[in-house]
Amino acid sequence: MEPLIMQTKNPDLQVSIGSLALQNPVMTASGTFGYGREFEDFVNLRRLGAVVVKGISLEPRAGNPPPRIVETACGMLNAIGLENTGVDRFISDKMPYLAALGVPVIVNILGDSVDEYRQIAERLAGVAGIGAIEVNISCPNVKKGGVAFGTDPQMAAAVTAAVKGQCQVPVIVKLSPNVTDVTVVARAVEEAGADAVSLINTLIGMAIDLRSRRPRLANVIGGLSGPAIKPVALRMVYQVARVVRIPVIGIGGIATAEDAMEFMLAGASAVQVGTANFINPGACDDVIDGIAAYVTEQQMGSVRELIGALRVA
Amino acid sequence: MSQFQQKVELVCSDRMTEDVVRLTFNAPTIAVHARPGQFVMVQTSPGKDPLLRRPFSIHQVTSEGYLQILFKVLGKGTDLLAQVRAGEQVSLLGPLGNGFTLGLPETACLIGGGMGIAPLLFLATRFLQQSSSDNVAKKMPTVILGARNRTELEPLVDDFQELGIDVLAATDDGSFGYHGLVTDVLKKLNLSPSAGIYCCGPRPMMAAIAHLCQIENRACQVSVETVMACGMGACLGCAVPLKAGGYTHVCSDGPIFEAEKLLWSL
Ligand SMILES: Cc1cc2nc3c(=O)[nH]c(=O)nc-3n(C[C@H](O)[C@H](O)[C@H](O)COP(=O)(O)OP(=O)(O)OC[C@H]3O[C@@H](n4cnc5c(N)ncnc54)[C@H](O)[C@@H]3O)c2cc1C
Ligand SMILES: Cc1cc2nc3c(=O)[nH]c(=O)nc-3n(C[C@H](O)[C@H](O)[C@H](O)COP(=O)(O)O)c2cc1C
Ligand code: FES
Repeated sequence: MEPLIMQTKNPDLQVSIGSLALQNPVMTASGTFGYGREFEDFVNLRRLGAVVVKGISLEPRAGNPPPRIVETACGMLNAIGLENTGVDRFISDKMPYLAALGVPVIVNILGDSVDEYRQIAERLAGVAGIGAIEVNISCPNVKKGGVAFGTDPQMAAAVTAAVKGQCQVPVIVKLSPNVTDVTVVARAVEEAGADAVSLINTLIGMAIDLRSRRPRLANVIGGLSGPAIKPVALRMVYQVARVVRIPVIGIGGIATAEDAMEFMLAGASAVQVGTANFINPGACDDVIDGIAAYVTEQQMGSVRELIGALRVA
Repeated sequence: MSQFQQKVELVCSDRMTEDVVRLTFNAPTIAVHARPGQFVMVQTSPGKDPLLRRPFSIHQVTSEGYLQILFKVLGKGTDLLAQVRAGEQVSLLGPLGNGFTLGLPETACLIGGGMGIAPLLFLATRFLQQSSSDNVAKKMPTVILGARNRTELEPLVDDFQELGIDVLAATDDGSFGYHGLVTDVLKKLNLSPSAGIYCCGPRPMMAAIAHLCQIENRACQVSVETVMACGMGACLGCAVPLKAGGYTHVCSDGPIFEAEKLLWSL
């Protein structure tokens, strides 16, 4: 009778990101899940591995003029312009609801300067319910002529160190794919003290309307996300996981449990579901169910057996 | 909030004209929670292209739990939707958005242009239900509908007439009703100062009506369209500028807005 008991037992889906333990590897991707509450009718929020919230800056930001989004083949471009309520209102208006969910809240932060990142981290220090900080380094450094922090290993390291200096919770640095060699930045932020890296952020792209001869986004260029970017994201996760010792979180076009587990095979300890939430607001539940079913069916001791288990001849 | 993601059965698909389609879904849960002016996000294909759902106003709901949308075939998504057959399943997300704020039927003036007529049938129905439950003689809202030509407009006018409402019709080519714009019809009406406008249609039409209402200091609710990715306040992609500065989000703060709050000059 023993095997039967084994099979009906809840599968072990736990993973950890530094000192942060997650009940399963499935998180939401920043900017695709609002502040969580928007999804309460569609997904069991308490079941998520973690909730990653929309990027927060020091002051509120209004965002870009419309049109801000455009659909492309198997994906979408966005130029939201990092619209958000600012860190103070996030803490007072959004955090109480999130903290009550009982799952780790990962706060995605962004800034114009190293000091802005540091100040946001300082404000967030000690706020109850925050499980980790995710640093979005795909933002332009205003003091360096608008070059994105994430495209320069030194700037990326400086931001990482500044945030790390303020935080008791793990610091996840979210890497930009818009670089020649993503492993260089990954190693730089690891050395600067990052507890984990997450990747990929959106790929910079563009769409044009032939009829009007205008760009389809008011901002001209925007970030590509969705199924279209999955192969690129998988490749980058694979490359980074081979060169860093810290956990890697896989992001990019994940819509199903199969997608998620492919990222784990490539070396990810956890994953984030992004654009898929727009099409299927219950996507995270489906991904968790699918992973649980796979782990049970394959009679695996734990989902952790998938991490980096890619068979390369 | 009561929002639902459901696979529902398409009960029938009616071609109103060559490129206008009305779909009837068996969607009792969404229908019972729906208010006029709200919308649904419809998955047009189970595949990855087109990826995003498409927003459509709730055109009508019935007490049997049917929900209708009315749309024009414009591109990939609407083309695929027009090909769905009765009996097939379609994923709906809704009801979404805020909906119209209903005043008194006798002082309501509903103005629709083109596919903007879609939400007004549901609105008119609610107005009539409201006045009949007041237990007084049915008070009718004023309804002005405009479209390109007779083929497009006549079947939609018939829907209102079935409810017992006389429609003031206008067509661009003069083939049905007044030859000209709904705004011209509105100007000639001499509406009472207390009458409020409920408006949905192409942006230039709504801008013109918003302008008129501003001059007359008249209440005016408009239904706004933008591109949308999520329809539920998560992506912040559906921003439109406010007169007072900054942006508002059509899916979660709208799609119904007081016209005077929006920036129309863009
Ligand atoms: C809240 C809301 C309610 C809506 N209700 C209705 C409705 O009841 N009936 C209806 O027919 N449509 C309605 N729309 C518009 C509808 O969503 C679009 O027509 C549809 O998404 C087009 O999808 P598509 O894939 O066929 O076109 P796409 O392939 O996406 O686009 C094809 C062409 O149509 C143009 N287009 C896309 N969206 C719009 C738009 N919103 N207005 C004008 N042109 C557009 C594009 O620029 C492009 O040239 C509504 C939109 C919103 C935001
Ligand atoms: C509308 C939208 C808004 C986003 N906002 C943020 C953000 O504020 N901060 C951030 O780090 N990433 C942001 N992202 C990137 C996503 O978190 C994710 O990295 C990317 O979309 C790739 O994953 P996906 O293909 O699953 O969507 C945003 C993406 C989208 C589509
Ligand atoms: S469409 Fe996503 S926030 Fe409105």
